[in-house]
Amino acid sequence: MIPLFKERRRKLTLFKAMRPKPEKLPNRIPEGLYTRCPDCKQDFVTDQIAAGFYVCPGCGYHMKLTAQGRLKLVIDKGSLRELNAGLVTLECLDFPGYSEKLSNLQSSTGLKDAVVTGFCTIEGHSAVIAVMDSRFMMGSMGSVVGEKISRAFEYATKKRLPVIIFSASGGARMQEGIISLIQMAKTSNALARHHQAGLLYISCLTNPTTGGVTASFASLGDIIIAEPRALIGFAGPRVIEQTIHQTLPQGFQRSEFLLEHGFIDQIVERPRLRSTLATLLRLHSVTAQKKGGG
Amino acid sequence: MALQEAEDRIRQLDIELSRATDTATQRELQQEKSQLLAQAYGSISSFDRVYLARKTTRPGVRDYIGRIFTDFFEMHGDRLMQDDPAVIGGIAALDGMPVTVIGHCKGKTLDENIKCNFGMPNPEGYRKALRLMKQAEKFRRPIITFIDTPGAYPGLESEMHGQGEAIARNLMEMGSLTVPIITIVIGEGGSGGALALSVADRIWMLENAVYSILSPEGFASILWKDSSRAREAAELMKLTAYDLYARGIVDRLFGEPAGGVDSNSRSIYERMKNALLNELSILGRQNGRALVEQRYKKYRRIGDCTSK
Ligand SMILES: [Zn+2]
Repeated sequence: MIPLFKERRRKLTLFKAMRPKPEKLPNRIPEGLYTRCPDCKQDFVTDQIAAGFYVCPGCGYHMKLTAQGRLKLVIDKGSLRELNAGLVTLECLDFPGYSEKLSNLQSSTGLKDAVVTGFCTIEGHSAVIAVMDSRFMMGSMGSVVGEKISRAFEYATKKRLPVIIFSASGGARMQEGIISLIQMAKTSNALARHHQAGLLYISCLTNPTTGGVTASFASLGDIIIAEPRALIGFAGPRVIEQTIHQTLPQGFQRSEFLLEHGFIDQIVERPRLRSTLATLLRLHSVTAQKKGGG
Repeated sequence: MALQEAEDRIRQLDIELSRATDTATQRELQQEKSQLLAQAYGSISSFDRVYLARKTTRPGVRDYIGRIFTDFFEMHGDRLMQDDPAVIGGIAALDGMPVTVIGHCKGKTLDENIKCNFGMPNPEGYRKALRLMKQAEKFRRPIITFIDTPGAYPGLESEMHGQGEAIARNLMEMGSLTVPIITIVIGEGGSGGALALSVADRIWMLENAVYSILSPEGFASILWKDSSRAREAAELMKLTAYDLYARGIVDRLFGEPAGGVDSNSRSIYERMKNALLNELSILGRQNGRALVEQRYKKYRRIGDCTSK
């Protein structure tokens, strides 16, 4: 019991440290200045929420992070060397409205597609990182996401580096049809080669990770960690409800549910995300293996 | 007129024909029928093919296994949890050559379909399939998979038991198997649930089979919040065998008689058996490593549509 209390107190202290001072809210909230927690519905000053990496100061809910925000949280400052940054889709563009949708999102998010991949360091440890961004068409996987993830694994295999992927995805990119489906096989095959080369892959599941991403690389990590209360599953909750004609139980398909059913290794809150990844990278580094006589 | 409506009308005409007594009426009805047939099967839309692919009268995996192979020995269970009747698998002989055969199992009647969950597997089905594929690799047997599923089952238990993980693992493992794999889409190829049995050296398709990211109904409801626009969605989705052949994803098509393979299925078994024998003799000449390398390149190639 005592270690449990200690752990809980440590977490509370961490959250407290990140919590902004309570402030009296004005009657009329200017747009953008305040952010409402989607879970507890309380309003907080946006700047302070941002400074706390979008963890709700009230209830600890982990709000969505942009790819840029995620990288800032996790990797060493200035260490990112982006890979295949300019990759865009060439075909599949005959789908009505798809092309415009892409270019609108490209200018509003500053991203070319729903994933950023690159080389980085985390507390000095080298890794290949991929971060998905759910603002970009729900983080759906089309040819660009699939290609960048596959190339990231291929690059890491060649350079003998670990891979860390932050998933945030609604699943397949409908507009790209069957090509989107093929990405699941393609990424899983690239991952297999990295795996067979004896290299480390850490899969980090964030809210939401569903569909084709869950049914491919996101579920195949040597180590799988998840953020608290993230929706993780293959089928979406609405599809399941329509199929079984039942309301889903509370907490169904959330991180805690997956932990209980044996599909993730640990739930890691944002305050200790970076240090957790650094520790895992250190424990899998060449020098650590040599000490073990391997 | 859509194919389904045309077929309903043809059935009605057949009844009227059997009742007609005077030759003039008979001739008239006969004429209308042949016009309708020519019209219906002369210009088949994508959605018509979805309709044909889903017909319960279409040969299912058990028909193909029974007519192409001998000595089929079915194997059950994933050795972890339970047996999933939505996936059938076992060993059989193809003209004397031992092979592993796996496929999605749809029923022909409602009772059968309830038993096999309309061909929608749970994680246990995918894990059974993987167990049999690993076994095939151990004994150096080629693997033949038959695809016919609306998709993986979206249920409470399937999520609890890791539907996503089960599909993902099959994709990863199939890519690394050192024996030949041939996949044949015989009916509905629905989404990840179909893909999880079809990472293969060769992907073949029947003329009226379909293979897509999602059902046209699901696609329409996501895109337009209106599942009744499925017909429109089907045209956009490029899900027919011809679309996929043109895109280089499917390697070979098997033609079907007008009205679908079920209207005269005899020749398909013979053609398929010959094709399998031919292709397996080609694939069988390569060593396991070369097979894996080529399969890897195949998926890199067909999945690539990005700027260099
Ligand atoms: Zn909150």
